Amino acid sequence: MSLREAFRVAIKALVGNRLRSALTTLGVLIGVLSVVLLVAIGQGAREEITGAIEGLGSNLLFVLPGDGDFGAAPARSEFTLEDVEAIDRELPGAEGRVAGSVIGGEPLQADGQRIVTTINGVTASYLEVVTREVSRGQAFGASDVATSRRVTLLGAGVADELFPGIDPIGRTVTIGSIRFRVVGVMQRVGGAAFGPDRDREVYLPVTSAQRLFGTGRIDAIFVRAGSTDTVAQDRTIIERVMEQRLAPDEFSVLSQDDIIGVVGDILQILTLVLAAIAGISLLVGGVGVSNIMLVSVSERTREIGLRKALGARTRDITRQFLLEAMVLTSLGGAIGLAGGIGLAQLVARFLPIPARVTWWSIALALGVSIGVGLIFGVLPARRAGRLDPVTALRHD
Amino acid sequence: MSSSSTPTLLQAVEVTRTYTLGRDVQVPALRGVSFRVDHGDSVAIIGSSGSGKSTLLNLLGALDRPTTGQVFYDGRDVQDRSDAELAQLRNRRIGFVFQSFHLLPRLTAVDNVVLPLVYRPGSTRDRRARAIDALTSVGLGDRLDHRPTELSGGQQQRVAMARALVTEPALILADEPTGNLDTRTGDEVMGLLEALHRERGTALVVITHEREIAARADRRIELRDGVIVGDDAGPGIAADGSANGHVAIGDEAGSP
Repeated sequence: MSLREAFRVAIKALVGNRLRSALTTLGVLIGVLSVVLLVAIGQGAREEITGAIEGLGSNLLFVLPGDGDFGAAPARSEFTLEDVEAIDRELPGAEGRVAGSVIGGEPLQADGQRIVTTINGVTASYLEVVTREVSRGQAFGASDVATSRRVTLLGAGVADELFPGIDPIGRTVTIGSIRFRVVGVMQRVGGAAFGPDRDREVYLPVTSAQRLFGTGRIDAIFVRAGSTDTVAQDRTIIERVMEQRLAPDEFSVLSQDDIIGVVGDILQILTLVLAAIAGISLLVGGVGVSNIMLVSVSERTREIGLRKALGARTRDITRQFLLEAMVLTSLGGAIGLAGGIGLAQLVARFLPIPARVTWWSIALALGVSIGVGLIFGVLPARRAGRLDPVTALRHD
Repeated sequence: MSSSSTPTLLQAVEVTRTYTLGRDVQVPALRGVSFRVDHGDSVAIIGSSGSGKSTLLNLLGALDRPTTGQVFYDGRDVQDRSDAELAQLRNRRIGFVFQSFHLLPRLTAVDNVVLPLVYRPGSTRDRRARAIDALTSVGLGDRLDHRPTELSGGQQQRVAMARALVTEPALILADEPTGNLDTRTGDEVMGLLEALHRERGTALVVITHEREIAARADRRIELRDGVIVGDDAGPGIAADGSANGHVAIGDEAGSP
């Protein structure tokens, strides 16, 4: 029997049992749909987060507490402002390349509005180092830090919430129980689905924040290298300075690439885990196909016997049933793919979750669905092909 | 076909077939059967249930292989042929007509008749044309697109006959072709089979337990308990139904 003829027979058999074919297809459809959708979400998240890190600038170095093992529990920071100053002293070139920050959470109140958000205590050079801009008013300077002035810069989102329709400059917000004067509003960064929303950050002079939090520590030190070429050189200097001041496992120096690498790896694993979970549903769909094909073979035993009597070879019968299984699964795969892409676009549009359909997830989903038909169709198809015509004809 | 030049179409030589049931239970269904069918022969194989006639049908139809002995088709033993070669033999040389018709219920009459043709090369259009010819020749030219459930028993069996003759086989193997039909319809079906045999020279082997059906064949082979107990083969039999062999078979009818 020609492939074309076998294809026609397969389609006819499937159309002849529409409801069952549709239900069987549904299993594969849902599997493929979830693979495409979940991988799209995982991939979207990965791109957004690495994009956010890249947005900080490519020649940024981070000094973080702990030995840099992201798998371990977050380390307690042993850094102080003196470490920031020591690095600043040792690095060659212009000043203002080193910044420190301390992070805490305190409720914010103004005009009866109350929100809880991240409070960043930063050195005067911070905005320059991480390339953030003030859109209205002005940033605080070194003298504000030196005197622990009670001034604050609000993220654009925070300003909107606390002072809707009002110019916040010169107004007062209460953080914890201390009153701060708003000196500036940050430029809007834009929404982020993952990680902290940077429009909801609030900046204080680092010394004021330390007093507010009742601590002397610094959580992270940021260094902007002179250029991309001097990143390695600066890193060596920073490591030497820190080694003199702290134990080797109390700090680690990371470049932007290091962080993107680590975060990217984590997100890649996350994506794969999502894909694997979705893959399980695809597998279940495949088992469903296998099951239904076995039922179909047993129901059509007489047909198989007849076809054999009329001259069908084992190969013809096997091919017919294999083709049937593959038509079922690839149909499910195609519809599932279309549905997955559609849903991913809906998600990206209406939910704060980025979703990006990648070509490899499309190829994977289609390949896997045809493969599922092949693998799960083989058992029933072989069983059909091997039926003895005499027994099969007598079957009722 | 070159094989058509020799008179012998098929030959069974000391054929036995033993079924193994369970572990050690051997059931002999045929115990040494020999006979020959020439091109253009009309043979009835008669026997009660359990006589081994279904087993013989399977062997003659190349659906099964004997336990010992040989079944030659066109001079070549089926034992020496692969499963695929047997499939081809069934497709090219044999047309089956079954007691229960064995039509595929989802297919129309034409598509049922096309069925054996899909296992050989050819175009879809040509297959359909041949199927329509075959259906017309059995008087169903106006029932082409009917499904089996929309046809009477006699019509269904005629579709099955069209399916058997559409491949222009050397042999039509009919297994109780009238078994599911009333007398009058059965008569029509037998008439069609005989016409086919007469007009096209197709060999006809009818397996039956009905004496009246068997009596219509040129020759009768009677089976009992897996052996041939009567074979009225011989020159002149076809012309003279009252020959000795025939009488011998007639005697069997008295004892159930």
